[in-house]
Amino acid sequence: MSFWEYANPVKFLKLSGALLPYLSILAAITIIAGIIWGFFFTPDDYKQGATVKILYVHVPSAFVAINAWFMMLVASIIWLVRRHHVSALAAKAAAPIGIAMTIIGLVTGALWGQPMWGTWWEWDPKLTSFLILFLFYLGYIILWAAVEDPDTAADLTSVLCIVGSVFAVLSRYATNFWNQGLHQDASLSIDKEEHVADVFYYPLIVVMAGFVLLFVALVLLNTRSEIMKRRAGAIMARSRI
Amino acid sequence: MIALIIRDLRISVRAGGGFGLSLAFFFIIVIFFPFAIGPDLDLLSKVAPGTLWVGALLACLLSLERIFALDFEDGTLDLLATSSLPLESVVISKALVHWLTTGLPLVLLTPFFGILLGLQNSNIIFLIISLIFGTPALSIIGTFGAALTAGMKRGGLLLSILVLPLYIPTLIFGAEAARRGIQGFETQNSMLLLLGVSLLSWAILPFAAASVLRINLR
Repeated sequence: MSFWEYANPVKFLKLSGALLPYLSILAAITIIAGIIWGFFFTPDDYKQGATVKILYVHVPSAFVAINAWFMMLVASIIWLVRRHHVSALAAKAAAPIGIAMTIIGLVTGALWGQPMWGTWWEWDPKLTSFLILFLFYLGYIILWAAVEDPDTAADLTSVLCIVGSVFAVLSRYATNFWNQGLHQDASLSIDKEEHVADVFYYPLIVVMAGFVLLFVALVLLNTRSEIMKRRAGAIMARSRI
Repeated sequence: MIALIIRDLRISVRAGGGFGLSLAFFFIIVIFFPFAIGPDLDLLSKVAPGTLWVGALLACLLSLERIFALDFEDGTLDLLATSSLPLESVVISKALVHWLTTGLPLVLLTPFFGILLGLQNSNIIFLIISLIFGTPALSIIGTFGAALTAGMKRGGLLLSILVLPLYIPTLIFGAEAARRGIQGFETQNSMLLLLGVSLLSWAILPFAAASVLRINLR
């Protein structure tokens, strides 16, 4: 029993179909619980007031937006190396979710920036690199839509994803070099002791877990519908002959 | 490989090759900026490095589609792919020709266009150096984008959307180096980073471009 067994679409559909309801419910519970906890049972920040609560949507969506691209990168490499169709479709499925999360991150950031920094937008490295990430998602999605043959599309987008990753990282450091930041440092990090204060930290972790679960559930759902769409296409092609 | 380069150079300078097109485009962009911003030379000289960089980038973009489209249509690319020359070398020669016919003339014309935008001091040399370092990256990244869209009927607009995000690091470092140089700050870091982006692109993108060409030729 290996992980690669689920490269078989039938087995993937079976497993994901069984998992999906639990994942969705779990995601809903954690997000709702975390947001209620964060919104109503934590104190206002002494400097930022109630706007600090944007944190509970801003940080998780940004986190998922970046990691969705990593997931697409891994899935693309698996597709190029092992030619599992499910992998290519999973990468395709993750892109719209990633771009949605990027938009959520940017919009909540703007809403937060207005009262705090007095501006909706600033050409700060973090903000700029997020905008760049948005462009990369856009190119990736458009390329998927532009190529007719599904295997060619999967190949081309996979290479674009790999090359894009290199240039996205380069852009991240280029923007750092280019302008000093207004954005604070990372709110969370594995290697640092300093986090946001504990009162904000625990609900944030819950919401982030919820967003990750939501992401997984949505990717499974999207991948399933892609597989089914392809099957429907195959059936139509057969009936035409 | 040399024969291929010479052939492509010949095609590009002959009638219908589009050699002068991107230069003319560059020229027009440079003229249009004062129309849009106003004739204030002080202001113009401040935005000149960025303007010339964006102009160079757009002029490059305009000529990208030609890199593979014609050869793809008439089957030359199939012949090249089946020849003994590795496809990576084909990509490198195409990118080199693109640079020789777009990047290099742009660099050579920049001092004259700089005058139009109020860049008259000797610091303009920094702008030229940054373009010399940066335009090769624009060519090879663009060649990758052209390879990506080689099989498509209407790849032009798609090509720009795919390629422009990849141009961001080059543009940031290039324009930064030019700006710092013109304002009299030290430029070593940004120049070296720009050169690094260029060399990195030339090192990895021929392989990526060749692999997508193989996919498109399948």
